[in-house]
Amino acid sequence: MNVVKKVTATDADNSTAQDAKNWQGNYDKMIGKDRATRNRSGVAIEPLYYPENDPDGAYAQKLGFPGDGPTTRGIYPTMHRGRTWTQRQLIGLGRPEDFNERIKSILRSGASALSIIPCNSVYRGLDCDDVEPELLGTCGTVINSEEDMDISLRDIPIDEISIGLNDPSPFTMLAQMLVVAERRGIPWTKVTGTSNQSDYISHFVANHMFYRLSLPGARRVLMDTMTYCAEHVPNWNGLSVVGQHMQQAGATPAQAMGLTLSTAIQYAKDCQSRGMDPDKFLQRFTFFFDISVSFFEEVAKFRAGRRIWNNLCKERFGATDPRAMRFKFHGQTSGCDLTRQQPLNNIARVTVQAMAGIFGGLQSLHTDGYDEVLSTPSQDSAKIAISTQNILKHEAHLVDVIDPLGGSYYVESLTDAMEEEILKVIAQIDAEGGMYKAVESGFVQHMIGASALEFQDQVDSGEQIVVGVNAYQEEEDAASRPVLERPSKEDMEAQIARLTKNKADRDQAAFEAAMKNLREVAQSEDGNIFGAEIDAVRAGASQGEIIALLREELGFGQPLVVA
Amino acid sequence: MNEVLTTPARVLVTKIGLDGHDRGSRIIAAFLRDAGMEVIYTNPWQKIDAVVKLAMEEDVDVVGISSLATDHLLVPKLMKALAEADLAHIRVVVGGIVPDEDEADLIASGVSKVFHPGAGREEIVETVDALAKAAAKDRPLD
Repeated sequence: MNVVKKVTATDADNSTAQDAKNWQGNYDKMIGKDRATRNRSGVAIEPLYYPENDPDGAYAQKLGFPGDGPTTRGIYPTMHRGRTWTQRQLIGLGRPEDFNERIKSILRSGASALSIIPCNSVYRGLDCDDVEPELLGTCGTVINSEEDMDISLRDIPIDEISIGLNDPSPFTMLAQMLVVAERRGIPWTKVTGTSNQSDYISHFVANHMFYRLSLPGARRVLMDTMTYCAEHVPNWNGLSVVGQHMQQAGATPAQAMGLTLSTAIQYAKDCQSRGMDPDKFLQRFTFFFDISVSFFEEVAKFRAGRRIWNNLCKERFGATDPRAMRFKFHGQTSGCDLTRQQPLNNIARVTVQAMAGIFGGLQSLHTDGYDEVLSTPSQDSAKIAISTQNILKHEAHLVDVIDPLGGSYYVESLTDAMEEEILKVIAQIDAEGGMYKAVESGFVQHMIGASALEFQDQVDSGEQIVVGVNAYQEEEDAASRPVLERPSKEDMEAQIARLTKNKADRDQAAFEAAMKNLREVAQSEDGNIFGAEIDAVRAGASQGEIIALLREELGFGQPLVVA
Repeated sequence: MNEVLTTPARVLVTKIGLDGHDRGSRIIAAFLRDAGMEVIYTNPWQKIDAVVKLAMEEDVDVVGISSLATDHLLVPKLMKALAEADLAHIRVVVGGIVPDEDEADLIASGVSKVFHPGAGREEIVETVDALAKAAAKDRPLD
């Protein structure tokens, strides 16, 4: 394949050259001072490689230049050569004090954004005084009140750092964080980040962990929150559409991408029916995907998904602003690929998964600790996971060239084939009446369940080799197992005592009034539930109290049981 | 001629505690069902009392607890509750993410078997089948 490295004026008569020139202009504007990049042999490394000619227009139509056209090659003109992905590690353990200490250590070791994972009791919508104490803080941080949030974020400049909240509907953690910002004098316009567990459809289908309200209740709260944030917290990404749950629950990569895009279509329709402007609300959509170890399949999945979403935004929603068509995504390496056997091998798996995500053009990356399959990740394994990203960046130089696999016969053909498979899934969901209906009926759950079984059969039959599990087995090496970290009983007793004190010390009249108002808003058709939640947090309501009230009014649906 | 009446094993597949990751419990339920067992499957987040009640009402031989995120720490409480309800003959297996340090505690509390990630279909089906037969033998006469 011919490549040109620099565009010269004489090339301007063919359209590729014109597009290339446009790209180069945007690139120069965005990159600031470009790095002089040479490999060890002294060869100069250009930021982008592309064909010299495009006689039938196929390149422009299917690939185009980064930040332009179908965005198959990336959503920004500079991609990782300019700003590399955000290193966003998910952590959470113990008390807010423990979280705060660990997040500071992770930020010091190179992470550039933070994520908060609350305890499973929080995911269930229960306060710490309402659950079996031995489970508290074993998988996430116990955050029930505004004070807990304040302590978790102590010394963290929340107006300067992007924050990911693992905060399912009704978004009590976001409400707590906004009140913390308010008390610190930080305007909400400076708060940036993402509600990482806002996609209630994915919870209903594939990850019941985060399923807290009924399907229609969650639908209303999401729309209320997006409307509220559009007005008051304009830089907050209120929606992250999660393909990760579907794939972790067993969907194939193509199914996971298709179902995720169908989910996003559903949310976009819901936003439109609220009268919101696609060119505005689509800019706040982000995606969250699983990255499996099936390297080329994942690269092609992301490239195809990006192309499809770009087209969908234009064709289905009439978006005209290019920023509204950007397929911004966070990737997490797949925990399902990790093995308990020979656990250090997982470091190699995570490396390959991370590479697939990087070549797929992600904006933010979480690499799993190698010990996730044994227990909640240890501090040491979390550090190795971050180092893996730094090694790929600085030693392997994966960030020097934009879409380095673009143009490969295999990768382009596979991208087309994955696109076809993904479009088939979207068509199936369309035929079911959209994603909301397709999960209400159990159609999607059946699809995912069947794929999960099929993959397990492939592993059981040996058709799919898994090193250390069904091939290359070895005697177990218990010495490589990390030491388990669990919060102490005393710590959790102190945590419960703090909540009890919070509840006793608050202005009870103000608390009652705020809760009464929240109930009335939830009962009425209009009024914004999220705004009323923020008022309740200001008045000292705990997350368990807010969620219990909303469950009474909006329903607490159980997931469908589909065998 | 001695005709042996064989009834299929009855297995309750469930999750206790707070976690809702149920890919594992769904797959196991499907495995056991396809192997000819009678499977009673529940949503996640069951309370221990509810599991005991269901085990009794459904007259199961084996209870399978799936755990991804530390809910296995509640299993010793379940074992105690089963014994108190005169259901000590029921065999309990746990599958999922169970750290080595915790496995010994589970076995000491009376759990018959802990399956870790990577356990194969055949091994699971055979083990549960054998445990169900043992439980049926130990079942107190009414």
